Amino acid sequence: MNAPLLQVRGLRKSYGERVVLADVDLSVYAGDVVCLIGSSGSGKSTLLRCLNLLEPIDDGTIHLDGREISDPLIDPREVRRQVGVVFQAYNLFPHLSVLDNCTLAPRRVHGLSRADAESAARELLMRFGLGDHVDHHPDRLSGGQQQRAALVRALCLRPSVLLLDEITAALDPELVGEVLALVRELAADDVTMVLATHEMAFARDVATTVCFLHEGRILESGPPSQLFGAPREERTRAFLSRVL
Amino acid sequence: MVFFGIAIAALVSSPGFAAVRESFFDLDFAGDSVGGIASHFWVNVKLFLICEVLILVVGLTVALTRASRAPVLAPLRILAVVYVDVLRGIPTVLLVLLLGFGVPALQLQGLTSDRTVWAGVALVLSYGAYVAEVFRAGIDSVHPSQIASAQALGLSQGETMRFVVVPQAVRRVIPPLLNDFISLQKDTALVSVLGIFDAVFYAQDYANYHFNYTPYVVVAAFFIALTIPTARFTDWLQARMRAREQAAAR
Repeated sequence: MNAPLLQVRGLRKSYGERVVLADVDLSVYAGDVVCLIGSSGSGKSTLLRCLNLLEPIDDGTIHLDGREISDPLIDPREVRRQVGVVFQAYNLFPHLSVLDNCTLAPRRVHGLSRADAESAARELLMRFGLGDHVDHHPDRLSGGQQQRAALVRALCLRPSVLLLDEITAALDPELVGEVLALVRELAADDVTMVLATHEMAFARDVATTVCFLHEGRILESGPPSQLFGAPREERTRAFLSRVL
Repeated sequence: MVFFGIAIAALVSSPGFAAVRESFFDLDFAGDSVGGIASHFWVNVKLFLICEVLILVVGLTVALTRASRAPVLAPLRILAVVYVDVLRGIPTVLLVLLLGFGVPALQLQGLTSDRTVWAGVALVLSYGAYVAEVFRAGIDSVHPSQIASAQALGLSQGETMRFVVVPQAVRRVIPPLLNDFISLQKDTALVSVLGIFDAVFYAQDYANYHFNYTPYVVVAAFFIALTIPTARFTDWLQARMRAREQAAAR
């Protein structure tokens, strides 16, 4: 078997006295879709932020493509070029048009010319149904459209891994579908993703691996059929009975 | 409207109004002094236009220095804090007097002894401190999630500031900035304490010579004519920005 694209070993993270992540081990292979499930405050978002080096970790290692990125000497910007993130609250830049949101990082970080960055961004925006909104500012868009634009913005960097942090949690129920459809499409294209989600049906359908987090630990992980069909842990069963 | 009506009625019916009308609202003196005031008002306008640009530069530089996180910039950060604390604490009129009379008296080689220039420097230093605080408030008001988002895209701290934080901060602080600039337009009158022939000093000179204060009212009208368009222009600028960035449908 190939080496994992993203490998986490013994990750530990605390805010002062409070331990938010402990003994986290996770291997993500190219093309995997790993869903992190668990109640609020279980550490899903913090884990994602650690993977992108937005949060410093206290102990353990993270390897990306065989290189240890948790090494303090690594420039976090190098890592973030390869790891895209989409946040729950979209976090689009309100003063820039959708197109400029998508081309800012490719132009400034990857050094693409304006024309190249724009044609690549336009193509992705068209493909994800935002062709009409290229020149609009984010506030003119619906929540679902904004979240799709945020996905495109992350994809424009051609990341090797995409981290999605509860990207449908802030959306009205009828808008959730359009965003999830896009994520399904990405999964079908073998885009490697790690996502924190509360959408169990979606996790069951799309995930290659589901991890159940409880109080900062991955209590149980496995293919969705196993985790949803025959959960091993009592706590997993309790959580699933509440959300399903 | 009612308030203004009452105020005017009170003014006109006051026992001293006849004397006041003669010494403050004399049309002949107004007509006689308006040309001179207009030509000297140009000094105020020029001071304002030049100082405004420099103040924006000073203010933004100081604010960015204070907002920086790099450890090597710590001495500059301290300097920025001291600058704001000290310059904001000195009354602008004193700063104008100190620099306007003090620096030329030093007779330093290579430094101009033009009091108008030093008056301008005093205004820039004084207002730079205020505007730095306005910019800093704007920078602080940009939500941390915007910064996280920019960093997640791989932007450096400098790029995050330049492309994400500062553009949003500037949009938010335009109303308070305008307020400071209207205040600056009026404070260009402070150069008159150095005997520089701006509109105010000219009016003072004229009033002393003719024993009539009408020129003061004329100068006041000039200042109003300058500040009101500035206010309307900024209203328009803001409305346009809002229309472009926010939903018309919402």
